[in-house]
Amino acid sequence: MKLNTKTIKEMASEGQRLDGREFEEYREIQIDKNYIPTTAQGSARVKIGKTQVVVGISFDVESPYDDRPGSGTIVTNAELAPMAAREFESGPPQEPGVELARVVDRGIRESEAIDLEALCIEEGEAVYTVFIDVHVLNDDGNLLDASALGAIAALQDGFVPAYDEEIEELDHDEVGMEDIPMTKVPVTATGRKIGDTILWDTTSEEEKALGSRLTVTLTEENQVVAMQKGGRESMTEEDISKIIDEAKNQTQNFRDLLEE
Amino acid sequence: MSEQNIEWVDEEGKRVDGREVNDLRETSMEVGVLDEADGSAMVEVGNTRVVASVFGPQDLHPKHLQESDRAVIKMRYNMAPFSVDDRMRPGPNRRAKEIGLVAKRALEPAVELEKFPTAGIDISMEVIESDGGTRATGITAASLALADAGIPMKGLVSSCAAGVVGEHVVLDVNGKEDKEGNADIPIATINGGDEITLLQMDGDLTQEQVEDCVSLAKEGCADLDEQQREALLNQYRGEEQ
Repeated sequence: MKLNTKTIKEMASEGQRLDGREFEEYREIQIDKNYIPTTAQGSARVKIGKTQVVVGISFDVESPYDDRPGSGTIVTNAELAPMAAREFESGPPQEPGVELARVVDRGIRESEAIDLEALCIEEGEAVYTVFIDVHVLNDDGNLLDASALGAIAALQDGFVPAYDEEIEELDHDEVGMEDIPMTKVPVTATGRKIGDTILWDTTSEEEKALGSRLTVTLTEENQVVAMQKGGRESMTEEDISKIIDEAKNQTQNFRDLLEE
Repeated sequence: MSEQNIEWVDEEGKRVDGREVNDLRETSMEVGVLDEADGSAMVEVGNTRVVASVFGPQDLHPKHLQESDRAVIKMRYNMAPFSVDDRMRPGPNRRAKEIGLVAKRALEPAVELEKFPTAGIDISMEVIESDGGTRATGITAASLALADAGIPMKGLVSSCAAGVVGEHVVLDVNGKEDKEGNADIPIATINGGDEITLLQMDGDLTQEQVEDCVSLAKEGCADLDEQQREALLNQYRGEEQ
């Protein structure tokens, strides 16, 4: 892989990528909502090029946190299934999976995209928990953008099952709310700096060239709600501004796709 | 087992989902659905959907797991959290471990493991939506993934269950028939023939009922075997021309 790393860096400095794309150009993005129609309460499959993730939404009813007795809760989990890449192993989530889940979670949580107060059943007693489960089936890079996009698509597709107060359980066959109460559409885009250039939607091959990445989650008003710097190398203030600027364009494209 | 009130097969011979007793659910199979894996397939049986992948034959570590005269299969069976109505907590459990083991045993006799001494073959099955029959569907998918990976086999393995609901022996029990019916016997066969490589059962049956189930499930496996061949041809026919 050393050879490719060198090649990728050299090509980037000459304005080129291995697969011939422009630096800002994403691979083909495909969003299939309601991909898991019978068992999930909202779902989507997102393909970005060969990268493939399935996101499913589930609900449960639990006691609220003491400091937020009138708010529902969110749990985000990501599984990098061993089938997604040769180097992935079975077992408890490793660092990349945990980071993935937490970055997806922050974008949704910090933007207050889900109206958690609307998910309160009885203050201090019972609230809905929204589970966002990201299942990565094929990793060809840019898992962060694919997973965040899948999460928001699945939430938009979802419904809230009815709560049966007598038996104090969810009735999965009855609809409580037609839609999951949403206030915003946070969308995530990641720029990766390789050498002196910034590439978008990197493949696994390009990600092996290391460099550094910055993931930016923006609302439709272009408010920045979550960021995460990754990769082994450093970046400058100027890089950060450039990446946020371009993320505004990229996320607008994602929003158009979500509305189709 | 609260099956007394359910009319499992109505006067017209229709089951709770409209099938007749000898019908499989609507099944579709697609080979080569993933890119990183050496082989992959997705099989959909009614509302049950399983993706299977194969990596290998490849180096097997740690070394003490290697067999000097044949390849070793590592098998993972996993249900995605959203694949069931009440969310499944992620991570391995005893049920998944056991299914991984019996699925491995179902496939091993069909794979020419002796051609790859000391190597490892990693198979994994992800259930993404379930309505009964996930292990059978997973085995059918895994066998296609092995073929897609180009691993030499003496045949394909297909798997389905037959069961008893009320007094009726039925093919390919769905989730409701499995949970609330009497018995469920998943089997797997090589090339849809007489070699049975998986058999499990729970319920309360006479020997005759067991025999009826096995023979009906064998017919189901033979039907699935044909569909597997068709799916492989669909994937590779185009490339040869």
